[in-house]
Amino acid sequence: MGSNGQIIRKKDLNFWDRLYIPEILKGLVLTFRQMFKPEITVQFPEERFTPPAQFRGRPVLVEENGVERCVACGLCSRVCPALAIEVQASETELAKERFPIKFEINMVRCIFCGFCEEVCPEEAIIMSNEYLLVFNNQQEAVFGKDKLLKSAAEMHDRLEFLRQHR
Amino acid sequence: MELFIVAAKIVVVLGVLLTGAALTTWAERKISAFIQNRVGPNRIGWAGIFQIVADMVKLVMKEDIVPKSANRFVHDLAPMISLTVAMSTFAVIPFGNTIEIAGQNIKLMVADVNVGVLYILAMTGMGVYGVTLAGWSSNNKYSLLGGLRSSAQLISYELSMGMSLIGVIMIAGSVRLDQIVLQQTEYVGGWLPAWNIFLQPVGFVTFLVSAFAETNRLPFDLPEAEPELVGGYHTEYSGMKFGMFMLSEYINMITASAVVTTLFLGGWHLPFAETWGLSPFTLALLQVGTFAAKVICMIFFFIMIRWTIPRFRYDQLMKLGWKWMLPLAIANVLVTGLVLLLTTN
Ligand code: SF4
Ligand code: SF4
Repeated sequence: MGSNGQIIRKKDLNFWDRLYIPEILKGLVLTFRQMFKPEITVQFPEERFTPPAQFRGRPVLVEENGVERCVACGLCSRVCPALAIEVQASETELAKERFPIKFEINMVRCIFCGFCEEVCPEEAIIMSNEYLLVFNNQQEAVFGKDKLLKSAAEMHDRLEFLRQHR
Repeated sequence: MELFIVAAKIVVVLGVLLTGAALTTWAERKISAFIQNRVGPNRIGWAGIFQIVADMVKLVMKEDIVPKSANRFVHDLAPMISLTVAMSTFAVIPFGNTIEIAGQNIKLMVADVNVGVLYILAMTGMGVYGVTLAGWSSNNKYSLLGGLRSSAQLISYELSMGMSLIGVIMIAGSVRLDQIVLQQTEYVGGWLPAWNIFLQPVGFVTFLVSAFAETNRLPFDLPEAEPELVGGYHTEYSGMKFGMFMLSEYINMITASAVVTTLFLGGWHLPFAETWGLSPFTLALLQVGTFAAKVICMIFFFIMIRWTIPRFRYDQLMKLGWKWMLPLAIANVLVTGLVLLLTTN
């Protein structure tokens, strides 16, 4: 509707368009043809979907040479819109000098936005391809370092994807 | 004996109708799934054919919630009206010619009413009471809007529906449905079956559009338009009362298909089958089969339309009804009258 109440048409319809019927028939042919295309459904519990590298599953910490890359700068915890991350820093003899003595992500709070991955200066927290998260209670949903750490070799696809597209 | 035959016919027709409605829900879900490249129900029974049984069990087990400020009596009554009306319309549809069983000549229709067409119009008109009362008694603004839309829609389309039927009645010279079908078993020029779809193409289109509007199917399902009215008239219904509305929608669809078949697609007439020299009994069975096949095709068409065309806007619906359908139907009556006058003289 225009400001003066007139209907503005982008394209004037001709007589056959306005009769609807040929257009309806065209639509019917389209939907009919669609019926014979293959289905894209994955039968979930029996078949599992393996997400591609660009998939944002639950966040994990990257582990390299037996230690996490994280330097406990706290940026991820700061940026997390859901306040899901808790980091406690401590000192170490290694070259990186700092490490998280405690690193917890509350998976019930996490919204899989990927901000933590984006902000991390060490590429230490990245999104994995895991999407099956089931908990029986709130405590179970708080993932500590034991559950978060994944070796860099395991996360190779995602790291490669980040290198190319970021 | 008479009574027994009638009872048997009622039992058979109701049984077929309810089974048919169950199968139609399944067919709709399957077809819509295929159109959207999905699989559809596939867990219960072969290809999910018993999904409706599971759904019915679920609906029966559910709590029946009635809003606090609703009119309880009318709230209970509305789905019953819908279902009763939906089931009783089918009574006058002739689903076959006469059949001879054990020396008895049985007409294959439940009630041989001599005003069949009027009965159908009256019954479909009654159906709106269920919807409107459901909308009103729920004491919910969305339900009420749905109910009101339904009655406005009915008034607009009842007219063109009746008008488009007049042409058919004029050709058959009768309002008896079996007469109308018998008239369609003749041939024009010896090869084209005199089905009303060929004799009355405009009447067919207007009737079909009106039938869609009367059954509240997409593209005319404004009474329950989900995006704007939550669930429309059945927003406040749960459990089996909701199930009754659903069931009556599907029964209505079957009945509408049967009515279209009877009035325009030659009913149980299978072209040239009478010249194949079959025994009367086989022929009668074949004709019942033909009728079923035609109805199934129409149901398929109903479903395809639903998953193809988006919903009309309310003003478009009214405009289509009053500015296009009604004049078209009236013009059709005039032209039919003129042609009949010229050809019979
Ligand atoms: S993905 Fe988003 S919500 Fe989840 S931990 Fe990272 S920043 Fe927080
Ligand atoms: S994961 Fe990255 S952003 Fe978070 S504390 Fe460790 S180094 Fe900093």
